[in-house]
Amino acid sequence: MSLEKAFADEPAFVPYLAVGDPTYEQSLAYVEALADGGADVIELGLPFSEPIAEGPTIQEAIVRALDGGMTPDRFFEFVEELDVDVPLVCMTYYNLIYQYGEGVGAPADAPRPFVKRAAEAGIAGFVVPDLPPEEADPLREACDEFGLDLVFIVAPTTKGERLETMQELVSGYVYVQARLGTTGAREDVSDQTDQSLARVADWDVPKAVGFGIKTGEHAERIIRAGADGVIVGSALVDIVAAGHEQGEDTAVVADQLREKAAELKDGALAGAAARSQSS
Amino acid sequence: MSTESKFGEYGGQYVPEALMPAIEELTDAYERYVRNNEDGFMDEFRERLADFGGRPMPLQRADQLSARYDTEVYLKREDLLHGGAHKLNNALGQVLLAKYMGKERIIAETGAGQHGTATAMAAAHLDMPCEIYMGETDIARQRPNVFRIRINGAEVNPVTAGRGTLKEAISETMRDWSQSVENTHYVIGSVVGPAPFPAMVRDFQSVISAEAREQIQEKYGDLPDSVLACAGGGSNTMGTFSEFVDDESVGLYAVEAGGSSLAVDENAGVAPNSATLSTGDEGVLHGARTKLLQDTDGQIMESHSISAGLDYAGVGPELAYLVDENRVEAVNIGDDAALTAFHRLSQDEGIIPALETAHAFGYLEQHHDSLGDCVIVNVSGRGDKDLETVIEETENRDLPIAPDMSLFRTLGGGPQ
Repeated sequence: MSLEKAFADEPAFVPYLAVGDPTYEQSLAYVEALADGGADVIELGLPFSEPIAEGPTIQEAIVRALDGGMTPDRFFEFVEELDVDVPLVCMTYYNLIYQYGEGVGAPADAPRPFVKRAAEAGIAGFVVPDLPPEEADPLREACDEFGLDLVFIVAPTTKGERLETMQELVSGYVYVQARLGTTGAREDVSDQTDQSLARVADWDVPKAVGFGIKTGEHAERIIRAGADGVIVGSALVDIVAAGHEQGEDTAVVADQLREKAAELKDGALAGAAARSQSS
Repeated sequence: MSTESKFGEYGGQYVPEALMPAIEELTDAYERYVRNNEDGFMDEFRERLADFGGRPMPLQRADQLSARYDTEVYLKREDLLHGGAHKLNNALGQVLLAKYMGKERIIAETGAGQHGTATAMAAAHLDMPCEIYMGETDIARQRPNVFRIRINGAEVNPVTAGRGTLKEAISETMRDWSQSVENTHYVIGSVVGPAPFPAMVRDFQSVISAEAREQIQEKYGDLPDSVLACAGGGSNTMGTFSEFVDDESVGLYAVEAGGSSLAVDENAGVAPNSATLSTGDEGVLHGARTKLLQDTDGQIMESHSISAGLDYAGVGPELAYLVDENRVEAVNIGDDAALTAFHRLSQDEGIIPALETAHAFGYLEQHHDSLGDCVIVNVSGRGDKDLETVIEETENRDLPIAPDMSLFRTLGGGPQ
């Protein structure tokens, strides 16, 4: 299923987890639990050693995954082994995409080999937090060749020409950053969300809002504000981290993730219901 | 010199979207104030460099080294700049620029602590609140600089991620900046990061070569045959080279830290050196495409050097470009030779250099025969901050040149 279609019928719940956190096997169970709980698209983090856009929660998840031996090749095996029927998005940093291929150093046709391998594994698209549209042409070309989507992040500070460039390059969905800063769950949902959504209102791709969404109530409020989907990362990674620290069974943590996913999906649905009533 | 954002294939702006407006604002300010001296910015910068920093720095003939190597050796004395290293040139320029831009808060990363110290001094001098991010490992091995930063009224935020060195500190400072861009300026400490930082930091540091190029012609009557500078991220390197780049007869040598070995332990993710220009591969780190120490997947390696200031897995994109173009020669010197050179300069010339700087003198000691008749070496910083490391590392080695370190034990002044 294409990314855009995942948003078509009802508001989408888009969870994120770092792949391989804390181990390959546990991570498989956790991602499948999110799909069971109602995920419509799943963002799979391929861990990079210098994740400059992440807050402490996801940074630590990435360290656990790297310590557990996660690599780009293991990531693609993971994607192939996953038993879920929702579209999968690979979220990673550009150097891993750029270096992928035979031998030492970047291949001459980078980033094509990475995109080709991702397409074979069943990845539907990419989010690359350190790749602004100015540097994105080579990746956009490779995505076009293999039929993959390239999602861009619109920040509260993104304006003018840059917004237009992104609108031209984006496909799949647009990731609307709810507030400034790095990723991480917060108690409140920013008022900047409304303004950010207004700036991409005329884009013809679905609008998914992320950064700081933690509860079903947050999800409801975001969808009511006009978003087509909610992206949730740190609140889920927190559950994985707590389970790891307390030595919980994989099944117990998976259940918690399934429940949290259901709460967030229900919140999104409630937001849509409220929106259709008021219109 | 140019303000372009790319140097060949290197450079660019690989940063999170939230930072792009700040980068654009900075690019505009750099063009206006630094390149075009709007509102007399550069005049005020030069005046403050003179009155607060003590510029110009002397170019001094090294009499003993000249005799020892049978080569005219001149020392560019950046160690005499206020703060004890070249770092103030850039820190003062950027904090002043932040003021002109109307920013209210300064953040910076630091490795050896020299940039943190310089930024804290500049921020105090210009009355700006300042926070410095520093890796835990570096905090432990650079205690005097941590105290200097605090004493100048700046906060020190310890970074615990990874191995707790410069690259983690840069990542953490970028994270702070991504949520504080509206009122905060990030004073990056080297010619690294997204454009316009590499060109802007080079411009602030180019005062080193602008002065040296005039001074050498006054004192020696000609241009030098070779110019040597140590290279970590590359700010003193680019500052020392930039005005000589167009002088094709002048050989430019970037001396990197060879550490304990140039080999790489891929499984452990460790390169026991920081020889990025000599052994690195092209990739993207901290906002720029440049040469990096990385594994075959593209994960960044933990680098190593006896000197914290050279301990970085990346390098300035313009320097990487000049090496590819064969304008700058990338060479390296290991821990042992750097330590030997540290003692040599201290004993022969009465100048205790920073361990970073000692690498350049290590290269001079080993290769003076092939550097021509006249050599300029940039003394990028003084070594007071490194004395604990030097005592410890000298005791661990059998260096013929080292003073008898047992003195420190008998006096109770050193490690037991």
